[in-house]
Amino acid sequence: MLTLLFDGIAYGMLLFILAVGLAVTMGLMNFINLAHGAFAMAGGYITVLLMQRFGVPFLVCLPLAFLGSALLGAVLERTLYRPLYHKPHLDQVLFSIGLVFMAVAGVDYFIGSTQQIIQLPEWLKGRTELGSDGWMLGMGHYRLFIVAVCAALTVALQYLLTRTRFGSQLRASVDDQRVAAGMGINVNIVFLSTFAVGSGLAGLGGALGAEVLGLDPSFPLKFMVYFLIVVAVGGTSSITGPLLAALLLGIADVAGKYYIPKLGAFIVYSLMIAILIWRPQGLFVRKGGK
Amino acid sequence: MTMGVQSSLLKDSRFKAWEPVLWLLAFAAPALSPSHALIINEIAIVALFAVSLDLILGYTGIVSLGHAAFFGLGGYVAALFAKLVMPDPLVGLAVGMLAATLLGALASFTVMRGSDLTRLMVTLGVGLILLELANKLDWLTGGADGLQGVVMGPLLGRFEFDLNGQTAAYYSLTVLLLLFLLLRRVVHSPFGATLMAIRDNRLRAMAIGIPVNARLAASYTLAAAVAGAAGALMTQTTGFASLDLFEFHRSADVMLILVIGGTGWLYGGVAGAIVFKLMQDAISSITPQYWTFWIGLFLVVLVLVGRERLLRPWTWFKRPSGGGKA
Repeated sequence: MLTLLFDGIAYGMLLFILAVGLAVTMGLMNFINLAHGAFAMAGGYITVLLMQRFGVPFLVCLPLAFLGSALLGAVLERTLYRPLYHKPHLDQVLFSIGLVFMAVAGVDYFIGSTQQIIQLPEWLKGRTELGSDGWMLGMGHYRLFIVAVCAALTVALQYLLTRTRFGSQLRASVDDQRVAAGMGINVNIVFLSTFAVGSGLAGLGGALGAEVLGLDPSFPLKFMVYFLIVVAVGGTSSITGPLLAALLLGIADVAGKYYIPKLGAFIVYSLMIAILIWRPQGLFVRKGGK
Repeated sequence: MTMGVQSSLLKDSRFKAWEPVLWLLAFAAPALSPSHALIINEIAIVALFAVSLDLILGYTGIVSLGHAAFFGLGGYVAALFAKLVMPDPLVGLAVGMLAATLLGALASFTVMRGSDLTRLMVTLGVGLILLELANKLDWLTGGADGLQGVVMGPLLGRFEFDLNGQTAAYYSLTVLLLLFLLLRRVVHSPFGATLMAIRDNRLRAMAIGIPVNARLAASYTLAAAVAGAAGALMTQTTGFASLDLFEFHRSADVMLILVIGGTGWLYGGVAGAIVFKLMQDAISSITPQYWTFWIGLFLVVLVLVGRERLLRPWTWFKRPSGGGKA
């Protein structure tokens, strides 16, 4: 029972790190980006390849995955995404689906379609159990690690958004792009760096999650829905919304699959549709803004 | 004055000279080249599917990523009906359409509110739920193995479905033609005009007294019915239903088809289906495994360059003229 809850939280935290970049880019640029999972996959594959081919330790791989995906995100933002910010949503959807198709087939071609396995270091492999009987809490060390990393990142992000100069520029741009530009904020730079950080976080999430979620070329398609659920349910105006949505999704998914395996992912999708019909703008919407 | 407005409004709905020629050619094709009957059948089905999406995407302005839900439901219901109840194709087609219509009416409540993102999510969600259902109800649908052993009876009690696919091609082409004419009538009616008004500006449409939600529901349901017919044709002519009918890439493909041919113009679906199927055939014969890469690349280029410019190569080296708006 508690173990399930813990696993759900770990899963939810992971989803949050994967999807938070998407939430910010969607809220900021009003851009429907279905290709977010491709950046996560890039991070995952960077880690796997570095570890397998060059024997780089796991902990060193994580920041590299972040940097690699962030760089990829920055390059793509400047070259491909920026011209599309003011196009209709249909164009954005088609464009990002195209990117996903290319990423899936490209990875398949260069690396192969088999599931990749990450060799975790010894100290992350064990499992600690607390309590007894009905209230036993079993925590895999790796999941504990995920929760710790993600919690630290969440706090850092929250700090970045609410306490720093960059954070206020970002929030200003989200609320009203034109006025923000008029106040002398270089909106393009804000967009670019936000997109890069978002992609980097997705890459980090992909690297962390390779062991839990599985990593193969169809990753961006398989988890696209989950990222979108987090964003659509959580709303795009803050990071607390997506965080709560991700936790809810993680717990519902783990518990649903454990208690009613027959229904599988059914519960999650139905829950999402119900929530979106009830509150089309997402569960946690900040008043005001645009 | 009134006459002038009326005739200009009616101009679009008149049949052009090339339209009957196109359909005659389509119907002559399976007889002229029997070896291509199978792909003609496929093109007709995909065209029907794309035309149904055009009704909600091109005419009503709903971006849907889950249109395969109706296609798959129509297909599964028709196949199950043939297997369990009776093998007559026409009754099966009607039953498949009915099921898709009901689902469409139910699902139409989900697309009335919210932004593009919300609608994208709920349509996607409906598609995924049906995929899960078809997967988990394996005692009924065969699960991941697909539904096998669907044997269709002869069409109209006379024409057997042959291996060459000629009967199938004529069957699909006929259904396509009939439903196409129906939709053509619908989009050129006052009803169709209100749909376009909703697409262009929902607030104004509401202000001039168009019942927006009812119209959205009606067009979504109609599109679902036609998509269900396409799915039913698919399983009836192939004698097989699999989870592939519900897959995400099917919804994405049909959107691509429509965009190739052009939205808001029913022939766009037909033209796109022809181009897409021939392209798929050609590319997948060269690289069977990686053809999605080329489709992806095509999508990216299509959006970045713009459909209008891509189809008119002679404008590539011209500077954008005047106001700068293409």
